[in-house]
Amino acid sequence: MSELTLERGLAAFRAEIDAPTAAFFSSCVHCGICAQSCPFYLETGDPKYTPILKLEPLRLIWENEFTLLGKLKGLLGLQRKVTDAMLAEWEELLYDSCSMCGRCSMVCPVGNDLAYMIRKSREGMVQSGHAPEGLISASVRAIKTGSPMGLQWKTLAVQIKHVEDSTGLKVPVDQVGADYLVMLSSMEVINFPEYLEAITKIFDHAGVTWTLSTQCFEATNAGIQIGNKDIAAQLVERVVAAAETLKAPNVISPECGHAFTAIRWEGPNLIGRAYPFRVFHIIEVLEELRVAGRIKTEGKEMDRLSLHDPCNLARKSGVIQQQRNLMDLVADNFVDLKEHGKYQWCCGAGGGVSSNERAEPLKMAAFKRKKAQIEEVAPERMVTMCATCRTQLEEGLEEFNMDIPVVGLTEMIADHLVEKETGS
Amino acid sequence: MSGSMEFLLWTKGPMFDIAMVIFAIGLLARLAEIFLLGRARNYAEPRAGEWPAGLRTMLTRTVADRGTFERAPFNVVVGWIWHLGFLAALLLFVPHIELAKGLFGISWPALPNPVVDFLTAITLLSLVATLVHRLNHPVKRRISTIEDYLVWTVVFMVVLTGYLAYHRMVNPYPLALGMHILSAEILLILLPFTKLTHILTAFIARWYNGAAFGRKGVQS
Repeated sequence: MSELTLERGLAAFRAEIDAPTAAFFSSCVHCGICAQSCPFYLETGDPKYTPILKLEPLRLIWENEFTLLGKLKGLLGLQRKVTDAMLAEWEELLYDSCSMCGRCSMVCPVGNDLAYMIRKSREGMVQSGHAPEGLISASVRAIKTGSPMGLQWKTLAVQIKHVEDSTGLKVPVDQVGADYLVMLSSMEVINFPEYLEAITKIFDHAGVTWTLSTQCFEATNAGIQIGNKDIAAQLVERVVAAAETLKAPNVISPECGHAFTAIRWEGPNLIGRAYPFRVFHIIEVLEELRVAGRIKTEGKEMDRLSLHDPCNLARKSGVIQQQRNLMDLVADNFVDLKEHGKYQWCCGAGGGVSSNERAEPLKMAAFKRKKAQIEEVAPERMVTMCATCRTQLEEGLEEFNMDIPVVGLTEMIADHLVEKETGS
Repeated sequence: MSGSMEFLLWTKGPMFDIAMVIFAIGLLARLAEIFLLGRARNYAEPRAGEWPAGLRTMLTRTVADRGTFERAPFNVVVGWIWHLGFLAALLLFVPHIELAKGLFGISWPALPNPVVDFLTAITLLSLVATLVHRLNHPVKRRISTIEDYLVWTVVFMVVLTGYLAYHRMVNPYPLALGMHILSAEILLILLPFTKLTHILTAFIARWYNGAAFGRKGVQS
């Protein structure tokens, strides 16, 4: 890659300005309500974390170059310019203290979609050389090895062997014509291998044909977190190529929330064409199977359970009722957190925050909002469906000495499947 | 007296025309500035249409969700009060309706003068409260610019001069009325070039917001 410079950064910011962005900046009245929706502001009390303030570099480019008054100011030499020093200062605001959870976009009284503009701003940050080290290395590993954690197929092959040994079932690999191509995230493979075991059992139970692909098994997208369209598009193309090779009509995103946003909503736009397949989150697929009567369960969890909606799945993708229907299937004592669904609070780790080691203290600070929510309903266990959220909940609850285990919804469904009468 | 009458006639005549022209052309230019930028085509399979969700958000965002209300009750309540008070005084005061009738040939029922008077007083108090809040709340203080204080001053002056003129608290009366009209004209001139454009662009912003969430299956 050629030299990253301020000039390139400014050009990238400029390229991101569109009609919605102009409408948003034209409308801001500096009411500050966005701060009241941001866990990073609320839990630190530092006004520099006010969401609209994080967008100041993008706003300045818009004002200076895309408004009459800004251009007039330019003629008179009155413009405030975006400088390298400014972008260096804003790096913490645009990455460390924003998980792109989109809660501010839901509450802004004039309707500004701030998360949309944070995503855009990051494009300029990358090109000007102001992206965090942790995200740069994750992106480089993703491009070079296919996984942001540098995970190879051989590691997954070992997991597959374990799953096959413990279930007695075959994990289909490179099956041409299977209904579903299942994508994973490295985090799931390493930290939560029970997920692969769970879907193996559920799909066998429901008679779903599915497959993994040796060509591409990773669907998380470091390019989207860091904010680089070229990297993001390249990673999406790999998934598309794998699906095309196997002629899969459906692709299941990893549980990972941002991977779902990446492959479901941003992906087609990154590659500039519609997919020849449809994309689902595993929770959507399970709900469809439940509705079709293809999942038969027995018994229920009897302890008090609550649910963490991943931002990317709920607020940013509209998967809200599905997980509740599935909870009802296997949980007897389920209680929702007070603000949930589209108004849920972020765990604090999304949007690349968890890949950015420097942001660790802020990540834990933001978690306190989730912690307070959890304390309010006092569940015995938390249930979720995103590997990043799950890791953050586990680490956070541990940090605050709260003895509340975190479980994945998919695994919980798998635990309650009715055993088949005849072995397959 | 004659000087004040000349002043009043100037605000009602040439200055009014200048203000209206700048307001209209400025606003059209700003809207063109926004819409000409366009939006990239979206290839992702939508869950729902953009229009119904966008139109809904244009209205629903007027009311804060419960959590936001609980976290920022001052913003929500005082914001509502002064916006409504301002709109009531602007649209439901007899002389203002007369003006609309003269300009556009349409009229509508007015509120009784004492009611408008009361609402105006409330609006003035609320505006002072918003200024105090802006100067004291750490977030608002941090994000406020000179423009915020300039716009506050202009809006406040429009309401204040109206109140003073109605109560004959400034003499001679033509001067009082002229000051009110001039304040309103300054507001009209500044509107297209400041955050005051939100009276129009907020609805565009809300549509884009509602449309973006709506196509993903979430009503924002």
